[in-house]
Amino acid sequence: MAGIKVFGHPASTATRRVLIALHEKNLDFEFVHIELKDGEHKKEPFTFRNPFGKVPAFEDGDLKLFESRAITQYIAHFYSDKGNQLVSLGSKAIAVIAMGIEIESHEFDPVGSKLVWEQVFKPLYGMTTDKTVVEEEEAKLAKVLDVYEHRLGESKYLASDHFTLVDLHTIPVIQYLLGTPTKKLFDERPHVSAWVADITSRPSAQKVL
Amino acid sequence: MATIKVHGVPMSTATMRVLAALYEKDLQFELIPVDMRAGAHKQEPYLSLNPFGQIPALEDGDLSLFESRAITQYIAEEYSEKGEKLLCPGCKKVKATTNVWIQVEGQQFDPNASKLAFERVFKGMFGMTTDPAAVQELEGKLQKVLDIYEARLSKSEFLACDCFTLADLHHLPAIHYLMGTDSKVLFDSRPKVSEWVKKITARPAWAKVIDLQKQ
Repeated sequence: MAGIKVFGHPASTATRRVLIALHEKNLDFEFVHIELKDGEHKKEPFTFRNPFGKVPAFEDGDLKLFESRAITQYIAHFYSDKGNQLVSLGSKAIAVIAMGIEIESHEFDPVGSKLVWEQVFKPLYGMTTDKTVVEEEEAKLAKVLDVYEHRLGESKYLASDHFTLVDLHTIPVIQYLLGTPTKKLFDERPHVSAWVADITSRPSAQKVL
Repeated sequence: MATIKVHGVPMSTATMRVLAALYEKDLQFELIPVDMRAGAHKQEPYLSLNPFGQIPALEDGDLSLFESRAITQYIAEEYSEKGEKLLCPGCKKVKATTNVWIQVEGQQFDPNASKLAFERVFKGMFGMTTDPAAVQELEGKLQKVLDIYEARLSKSEFLACDCFTLADLHHLPAIHYLMGTDSKVLFDSRPKVSEWVKKITARPAWAKVIDLQKQ
């Protein structure tokens, strides 16, 4: 039942977030490649799917969604009986997951994404990494990772004792950062380091590389 | 007998977001002020409630949460039978659409609107000077978002569906501040957006949040 379609780019962190969730659930889907370098995401027909002109967009039958974290939450809840469990049950456990999703979204991702942009994508586009920005953003990331380090000392994964969307959402940015000097920030924190090794070795994470 | 405690201040947009949800649900709660000026939010004991040192935090019995949009979602789900409905009625597919627009507010609207409110409103309060170039840039970005909202609200009475939901509620604090500044023209000049702003800011629960600021 391949009613599921993902419209995105294989290198995009937000697209990968959705793909990893689909792989965790062993769901069939069609991948429609959106050519970012041609500005396809900023034009019709893509903007009918996401008026904000960003990948990914998603379709499941007649349901159309955008925003990667809304899509992954839909996948986790609607297909809760398939593949791996990505959320927890009970309103309190769900609240803790919601909190983890917000933290990744507002504290981790803005900083992590800037570091990926500076160190990975800018060189690909023939632009120069701004070392001052890298230094500033690494300082911010270190503070976020200190909080994660403390949390992972008490809990095997960020939101619970099993892998959830909260961990999953960090994977695409972490994968890129592990190929840059920023890797040291993960390596020097033992709980974070073990957690990173664990989540990036999941088959779903390997499939998007 | 308030089992719910909110640690925050009535002026903070994120605290207001949580208070709005609590009032919509007619829930009893205690607002515990956090002395921001003394830096209480960056020290213990507050850090045990939110290690990122930001307000608000919420306690409900033995559950402790932070991040305003996680708190409002908890309130909407846990107390779904009380007060106003804050999520679209329907199945998981309908709920997914609400989540899209909750993400949109958090990822597309708020980064610009909050910075603009900071420039126009909070800088003045803290004796700093508004940066006109920043205002222009932020208004430029916010206009593009509001154009999309205008199109959306031509097809849907509220952002996620035809009912008021968290997706609309989350906008209230930043809109409240911006409507008291020259940036209000961005909202007023778009008919559907303007109508939506009037509807959501006229809600009785929101009036209670504003009243708290006056106390």
